[in-house]
Amino acid sequence: MRHRTRIAVGPVQFRIGSDWAPPIAALKRLYAGYPRDTDRPADATVRLFAARPWRRWLRPSVHIGGDFIVPDALPLPLSMGLLAAEMGMNLQVALGWRRHMLLHASAVAKDGRAVILSGESGSGKSTLAALLGEGDWRLMGDEFTLVDPGSGDALAFPRAVSLKNEAIAEVEARVDPARLGPLLAGTPKGDIRHLIPRADAIAAMHEPVRPALLLFPRFGGEPAIERIGEGEAFVRLTEASTNYIALGEAGFAALTRLVRDTPAFTISYPDSASGMTIVEQLWTEAVR
Amino acid sequence: MSAVGALVDLLAGRRDAAALGPRDWDGVISVARAEALLGTLAHRLNDARLPAPVALLFADMRAAATVATRQALWEAEMARRALAPHGIEFVLLKGTAYAAANLPCAAGRQIGDLDILVPWHDLARAENALRVAGWEWVKEDAYDDAYYRDHMHELPPLIHRERDRMIDVHHTILPRTHRITPDALALVGDAVRTPDGLSILCPTDMACHCAAHMIADGDLQGGLRNLWDFHRLVTDFAAADRGFWGKLDERAEMHGLEGSVHRAARLARDLYGTKLPSGWNRHRPRDERYQRRLLARDGWGGATDPLLQQAFYIRSHWLRMPPLMLARHLWTKWRKGHHPI
Repeated sequence: MRHRTRIAVGPVQFRIGSDWAPPIAALKRLYAGYPRDTDRPADATVRLFAARPWRRWLRPSVHIGGDFIVPDALPLPLSMGLLAAEMGMNLQVALGWRRHMLLHASAVAKDGRAVILSGESGSGKSTLAALLGEGDWRLMGDEFTLVDPGSGDALAFPRAVSLKNEAIAEVEARVDPARLGPLLAGTPKGDIRHLIPRADAIAAMHEPVRPALLLFPRFGGEPAIERIGEGEAFVRLTEASTNYIALGEAGFAALTRLVRDTPAFTISYPDSASGMTIVEQLWTEAVR
Repeated sequence: MSAVGALVDLLAGRRDAAALGPRDWDGVISVARAEALLGTLAHRLNDARLPAPVALLFADMRAAATVATRQALWEAEMARRALAPHGIEFVLLKGTAYAAANLPCAAGRQIGDLDILVPWHDLARAENALRVAGWEWVKEDAYDDAYYRDHMHELPPLIHRERDRMIDVHHTILPRTHRITPDALALVGDAVRTPDGLSILCPTDMACHCAAHMIADGDLQGGLRNLWDFHRLVTDFAAADRGFWGKLDERAEMHGLEGSVHRAARLARDLYGTKLPSGWNRHRPRDERYQRRLLARDGWGGATDPLLQQAFYIRSHWLRMPPLMLARHLWTKWRKGHHPI
């Protein structure tokens, strides 16, 4: 393809090609601080392409393709090319990665132990992880957390954090503007702005950590903490995993081990500050 | 060097994997994924010297294929448990059959749906038994449903509501309206049993079905994988039975598939180096078009040559049904908003 770049996030080497220059330029800026090994063959390929040749120039619309595609997925306008790239990268990992069990979860780490936050879009898992990552935590990732079936350790996937809607202002107030991508307003997922993780989080992205806490956050309502049993955590995580079934017995063993070894809680919180307080409190109790 | 050419050479054993540059692997892996051949390639290059990231990825793919094979065989067992109490016997087809018989082409092969063949007179009972056991219709469109029942060689696809796996119940191997009518009774009658008690087509029928599926029925989408199946099947069968090629000729003629089987054999020879006996070792100018269609992938795994693809798509429909019926079918699908490619 005419425009291209390579990005390594955690254990995954991406190759991204595009019919247009701007999405690649935007990616290069967001991922400039990531380790670069241009000789490493790609694990996953993403293609951003025009369905018809003239659509490169005439009302350009970006189709998301690559090793895996979502049939009938609607294209995005070129102004949202960066979002298309992000969605394409997520798709390849979600459908193609087999080395680890994939959890749709954010994670942060401290002292070699991880807090894994699993929840749907809107649960606040990305925002909480991003804000904790600006404090004394290492951001492991806002979208996927990988679990090694062999060791049971969690591995980071620290792509550029996808901040949405209200979270944008909250983070903008705290970080150097140079660490933020362009504002993508009015996307199908709302307003989006990317946050480049701190350099120390990127530098440590290959360091495995032992899971210490499993949290299922819910944004809104009074602050509440509820301990949940292994069974419930297991079922919730099977739903949060994109490759649990494909991994077969190894996935079952990894997940069983994770929920047996790791205390799990649902938490509700009205705002980010109280959410972070709850995480810190549960962390203190868990590692004591 | 084109990526698809490198993939074919690696599979055929014509190219040393160690001679590929690190960046050549990008295209090979993308094309292999697009053609559902990555697991197969990973097995083929099990002992090759590979760059470390490629070796890791291939190990992942081999492990994933082992799990997928086990799941596919489990699905076959689920079908057996649903149908056996009703005395309905079935024959496994395609990927699941290769896995059940542990044929060489099964190593790393991706298996999609469960394909089974039942005798025509058992079709309605089989459908009922599967529905009782939890399989559900997925074609909600009345036209599609009627189209399958009236004209196709299989029931409308059914998906199991708990396991989310699809089953295709065939009563023959080409659409009922196709110009060629294979002998479905012979397919079932001459099926053979695996040591595990499952039924599969006899070797000659297996090769005939593979060729029919690829050449006579399809638009050659995913053809490289089907051709690899064909190559491994006939190579293996011919090694076990010196008379195989003669039997295959007779059997193909009986089914009306001699054209498809011979073409598949020539394409397999040209791409994967299949060794053919003298009577088969011919050259046909039209093969070149098929070969171009099979190799229509760029280094990013994307489809190329849209006009040629379109031509094969039209050809597949042309063979599938008489012209008037085709016109009616295309008109109906067009009005429903279906625009191929």
